[in-house]
Amino acid sequence: MTKEQRLKKRHNAEKRFRFYGLASIFFALLFVLILVHNIFSKGSSAFMKTAINVEVFYDKDLLELEPGASEEEILEADFFDITIESLLKVYPAKNMDEEDALIELFTTDAEIEIKKAFLNNKNLIGKKINLEITASDDIDQLHKGNYPRDLPEDRRRISNFQLEIYDVLVENKTITKNFNNYFFKNGDSRDPEIAGIGGALVGSFYSILICLLLAFPVAVLASIYLEEFAPKNKITDFIEININNLAAVPSIVYGLLALQILLATIQLPRSTPLVAGITLALMTLPRIIIPCRASLKAVPPSIREGALAVGASKFQSVFHHVVPLALPGTLSGTIIGLAQALGETAPLILIGMVAFVVDIPSTPIDPSSSLPVQVYLWSESAERGFVEKTSATIMMLLSFLIVMNFLAVYLRQKFEKRWN
Amino acid sequence: MNFVLIFLITIFSLSLFFYGRSKTKSIAIEKNIKLNALPKFYGYYLILWCSIPSLVFLLIWSLFEPVIIKSIIIETAANQGAIFNDKNEANLIYEKIKAIHLGTYFGDIDSILRESALAYAKFINLFTNSKVVLIFAIVIVSVIYSLKKINKNNKARDDVEIILKGLLFVSSLIAILTTLGIIFSLLFESIKFFSVINIFDYLFGTNWSPQRAFVRDASSITAAEFEELKDAFGFIPLIAGTTFIAFIAMLVAVPIGLFSGIYMAEYASLKIRRISKPIIEILAGIPTVVYGFFAALTVGPFFRQIGENFGLTVSSESALAAGLIMGIMIIPYVSSLSDDVINSVPQSLRDGSYAIGATKSETIKKVVIPAALPGIIGSILLAVSRAIGETMIVVMAAGLAANLTINPLESTTTITTQIVMILVGDQEFDSPKTQSAFALGLTLFIATLILNYIAQRAVKKYREKYD
Repeated sequence: MTKEQRLKKRHNAEKRFRFYGLASIFFALLFVLILVHNIFSKGSSAFMKTAINVEVFYDKDLLELEPGASEEEILEADFFDITIESLLKVYPAKNMDEEDALIELFTTDAEIEIKKAFLNNKNLIGKKINLEITASDDIDQLHKGNYPRDLPEDRRRISNFQLEIYDVLVENKTITKNFNNYFFKNGDSRDPEIAGIGGALVGSFYSILICLLLAFPVAVLASIYLEEFAPKNKITDFIEININNLAAVPSIVYGLLALQILLATIQLPRSTPLVAGITLALMTLPRIIIPCRASLKAVPPSIREGALAVGASKFQSVFHHVVPLALPGTLSGTIIGLAQALGETAPLILIGMVAFVVDIPSTPIDPSSSLPVQVYLWSESAERGFVEKTSATIMMLLSFLIVMNFLAVYLRQKFEKRWN
Repeated sequence: MNFVLIFLITIFSLSLFFYGRSKTKSIAIEKNIKLNALPKFYGYYLILWCSIPSLVFLLIWSLFEPVIIKSIIIETAANQGAIFNDKNEANLIYEKIKAIHLGTYFGDIDSILRESALAYAKFINLFTNSKVVLIFAIVIVSVIYSLKKINKNNKARDDVEIILKGLLFVSSLIAILTTLGIIFSLLFESIKFFSVINIFDYLFGTNWSPQRAFVRDASSITAAEFEELKDAFGFIPLIAGTTFIAFIAMLVAVPIGLFSGIYMAEYASLKIRRISKPIIEILAGIPTVVYGFFAALTVGPFFRQIGENFGLTVSSESALAAGLIMGIMIIPYVSSLSDDVINSVPQSLRDGSYAIGATKSETIKKVVIPAALPGIIGSILLAVSRAIGETMIVVMAAGLAANLTINPLESTTTITTQIVMILVGDQEFDSPKTQSAFALGLTLFIATLILNYIAQRAVKKYREKYD
């Protein structure tokens, strides 16, 4: 091998090496893109729901209601018969089987929707009104194009007869897509078309609020102590090692801790945002202390010495001068810690937040779900409609995380002082 | 009741603040003396003395009250003639008594229960009354004490600062308390578990099927049941599955993470670095449940499809899919740590290498990486500890059945998956099955602790070398 050949070989090796580096960065970026695209393409359709226009006749005899009936009487009244009557008018069905198939096109909550429309306008007795009744999950998926209609009939959940009705509805333009308010308003449900993340949103909000209220003050006070007051001795070293180790303990271990101490020993109520918040606070604490200490450390000693020189006490120098200067870094560290807590799932599963909760929690001691746990629950469900619901929940979760992270970066860049 | 007490204490403390502040001001003017601290510190002094002793007392009282009442009530019920064989039955009777007291019990009430319920009501009343009285006494005593101090013109600022410093110290102790809580809660249940299952059967058993062990009460086990239990809790398949999936994850994360770390540290222009570094770090910020969803619904079926095209049977919950996605999640941990480590290798080492004619890649391979090796290994170990403690990806994308296999296309299970599977839903307390989850948690805790310790030592040693 000549000198030139050897040099060429070495330069080729150089190029290859560089290419590997670039390729791995490219791969990581590509994966982010694939993941985001996958979630968004699956989830964006969940923000719309399919509805079928139905003419409802509030028949006085079927309802057994008089004009001017009170709220309680209406709530007690049976709307089942007029629901069936109205739904059957959509398409002529020849026998009982066909009637059942027709009614299956609508959500199981059709009766409630018809009742609600009546509650909004109590003068409807004996009148006709056009309502948009939510379609069943299968029709919803079919209308959004997520359901293959070319399968043989015995492998489809939608029968040929139902497809026939659907085609007529599409032709008459009585089937429409509306904004899916149920997705944000409702709690969990077994029926995908009326299931929503309302309960999970409230549950997550309470959990993170409790986590913030507990973790933030303790973390700030602890880091002030360790950074400014702690004497250099064995106890301080031990606390420091402890905090570093706690930050690396797998999150599921915190779930076991909560199960044993908070649920079995102190007997706090299961599946509640209160327990979730305390668990997340314990988990987030070391993760907030570390950036808090870093931002306290970044304040130059001259600030402290200046305060001491004009006669401030140690406490005054710390609380009047050092802490305000370290606050932006502290806050952004806290927000990032909370963002991690918001996405944490495993410990919440152990404390029983996987329970099926339909009601939206009104206080932190009501059973509830949370956004990441809702993702887990729905991803285990077989119904096709839950795939888009899960993806849409992930979209909500990711957008909260993005907002929180941007806020953290903004706080740091806008308010943090550079000292050199 | 507690809320009312806390509210009253708060209001009282706040009004004491204003009282103390104006009082000391007027004393200073009246007697024409110089105060030892600013007037507001006397106010703070009063707040602290009024609130801290009473609130601490209230907290301790609330923690112990239910336990004490429970033991008293169970004892009185026993004296009344109630019969219970073990703790569970005693608890049941206690819950019944409580329900009768609250008026939410609709079963048959016999004389024992009725008497006990009356006793319960009496004790609750007694405890609540004595709590209120004691708290008022504490508040009055501590307020009188602190008012006396103030009148003597004490060094209020110093005193306030000492108390606050104590508060800071207590906050930093919470980290230690958490660790202790973790260790005790894991140990407590694990010891119960190992008193039924031999620790060697656990550590070296090759069969994991806790669903077989539905014994209600661990203390009354028959010999036949024991034989059945003995080989239901073998840890080997779990540790094998865990390390196997972690190994696949590292096969993905180490090369990609290391190469991107090297590229960012050595080649990338400032502009590329500024854009790509945060994007790669997004991978670490995505919740793991999202990865799990992606692995279970997209990657798993995708691999299965590919496998079918090649005539292979791929489980839709294959170790490969879970490991691959976990590896991608870990990339930023490897890349940003090794980026830091490589950046802190002194420039003089590189310059020396360039001076004798080495190309950039030769310098990196022969000089920079060997110099940074301890730090890089440390970052990889941290990533491994992340991988074995990771839960959601494996729960959603890896299998549930424990089988010993090294075929990445089959499904395997992991420690974390089993903990979740055992504890999800209703648990039977005091059954070996539930306790085994804590034994697994303890094992996991120790394993990650050791890995983290070694990793942190390695990184620290390395840093010291070049500082």
